[in-house]
Amino acid sequence: MSSLRVSRIIITILMSAAGIIFLLPFVWMLSASFKPELEVLAYPIQWIPETWNAVENYREVWFGTLPFALYYWNSIKITLLTTAVSLITSAMAAYGFSKISFKGRDVIFIMVLATFMIPHQAILVPQFVLFRWLGLFDSHTGIVLLGSAGAIGTFLLRQFFMSVHNEIIESARMDGANHWTIFVRITLPLVKSALATLMILRFIWTWNDYQNPLIFLRSDHLYTLQLGMRKFSDVNGEFYSLMMAAAVSAILPLMIIFIIGQKQVIEGVAQGSVKG
Amino acid sequence: MEQTVQETGAMKNMVPRKKRKNLTQDTLAGYLFISPMLIMTVVLMVIPILLSGIISFTDWNFIAGLKSINFIGFDNYTKMLSDENFTRSLANNFLLMIVIPVSLFIALILAVLINKATYFKSVFKVIYFMPFISSFVAVAILWRVLFHPTSGPINGLLMSIGIDNPPAWLADPSFSLISVMIIMVWAGIGFEMIIFMAGLQNIPQDLYEAADIDGASKIRQFFSVTLPLLSPTTFFLLITGIVGSFKAFDLIMILTNGGPAGSTSVIVFYLYEVAFIQLKSGYASAIGIALLLLILAITVIQWIGQKKWVNY
Repeated sequence: MSSLRVSRIIITILMSAAGIIFLLPFVWMLSASFKPELEVLAYPIQWIPETWNAVENYREVWFGTLPFALYYWNSIKITLLTTAVSLITSAMAAYGFSKISFKGRDVIFIMVLATFMIPHQAILVPQFVLFRWLGLFDSHTGIVLLGSAGAIGTFLLRQFFMSVHNEIIESARMDGANHWTIFVRITLPLVKSALATLMILRFIWTWNDYQNPLIFLRSDHLYTLQLGMRKFSDVNGEFYSLMMAAAVSAILPLMIIFIIGQKQVIEGVAQGSVKG
Repeated sequence: MEQTVQETGAMKNMVPRKKRKNLTQDTLAGYLFISPMLIMTVVLMVIPILLSGIISFTDWNFIAGLKSINFIGFDNYTKMLSDENFTRSLANNFLLMIVIPVSLFIALILAVLINKATYFKSVFKVIYFMPFISSFVAVAILWRVLFHPTSGPINGLLMSIGIDNPPAWLADPSFSLISVMIIMVWAGIGFEMIIFMAGLQNIPQDLYEAADIDGASKIRQFFSVTLPLLSPTTFFLLITGIVGSFKAFDLIMILTNGGPAGSTSVIVFYLYEVAFIQLKSGYASAIGIALLLLILAITVIQWIGQKKWVNY
């Protein structure tokens, strides 16, 4: 038994070493963001900066020539709205597809499911034309709608709604409750954990989305953080310390959300087996 | 499951008027519940893909407006075959597939070790999952510096251990794709590992106990119990990995912009270039439809293959 324990400890130590190596790029990024520019590329690598330049770097990112704070705010706004719209529409559709029986339901569901296979890039041109025609081009509304569309949330939630027993719903109906009341009062609380998972995943996907803003936003003041990062790196391409400070600023909110909701995210990914 | 729902629905049809009224109400309620999602999906995805199909048979340029549209039959599709940029991008896509078995192999080993052998499971999960939640923009910007040919830390390390002429990585056409692949492995392992770990949880523990009694070594157990029982998971990851590799856009756009000399261009990147830089909407749509067909083919293979190659 004790030899088993020893081997476990050895493997844990080896795995920790591997884990640290795996994370080194992130550590390097963080450390570079604290350094004065001249020391960033010095070799051997100083993991702990000799001279601290953190305040100056982050101040330059946040209050420098580019409106980084505005990009940040745009991203927060788009991400929150997209998450909300996507959560509400997916939950409603998931309830409809699992708890109400109506004509054509299964055919529609299969059709919606088939949109999974459509590669985003294959529909960019028609979407672009459509958006200009609808006046949604170069607007946050357009980005929110694009981000909320899609079957993945409905699909994920439907599985959880299906596990809610039909008897509960039948008896509520007997008592005269309509579907909306049942949806809000009975089923939503029962699938709370699935909603949390979808919420976190949708937040991550929207926050990191680069392609939609790139194609559907033109005006600088509407840029999201990811677009702003790209612009920042074009402007400050040679200032690695600043770029790393910007990258840290972009990743940090997600890291915090991830560490708080770690269990939900990982389980959600494992259960839904979905990829953004 | 579906069937029982339908049957009760059919049974309701035969019973009293009140129930029938309920049924029309149900239909109305059902459509109301799915309509917000359905309208968005139809307007933003179904109609665009149909339009894409139509545009792919034209020489349209969306800046020029509808008047200049000409139907040219299958020309766009035949053009693709002789378009060097397209075939090179397609070839790069196939090369990128090498990433999947490599990262699956590493992810599987990590999953087994973490699952069986180590303490602090959740800490390890978090560590390997971090790149998955980081934005590709930030990751790409970071790796561009790490891979810097003359003064990046990676080449600094290589030179300090005696390699005098380390590769120029992203800047060298013959190493650029490999560099992209290294980053993709690093970014993808976490997701695959999590799925493998979920698969491992589903393997009944008594199979290992039985193997122990039969005197099978740990390594033997891995090959004759773990691996076969994980085959559905592996297969799933293989397919999602292949489909996902065809959609890799953000990373390549920021890392290399398809360069140097087109050495990292992939189909979706080339499609973007044709559509929004060269403004050839017709041709871009044809490439999009070709990509859709390719993904469709992979999905069909998945359906057939799951029955054939996966053993439970």
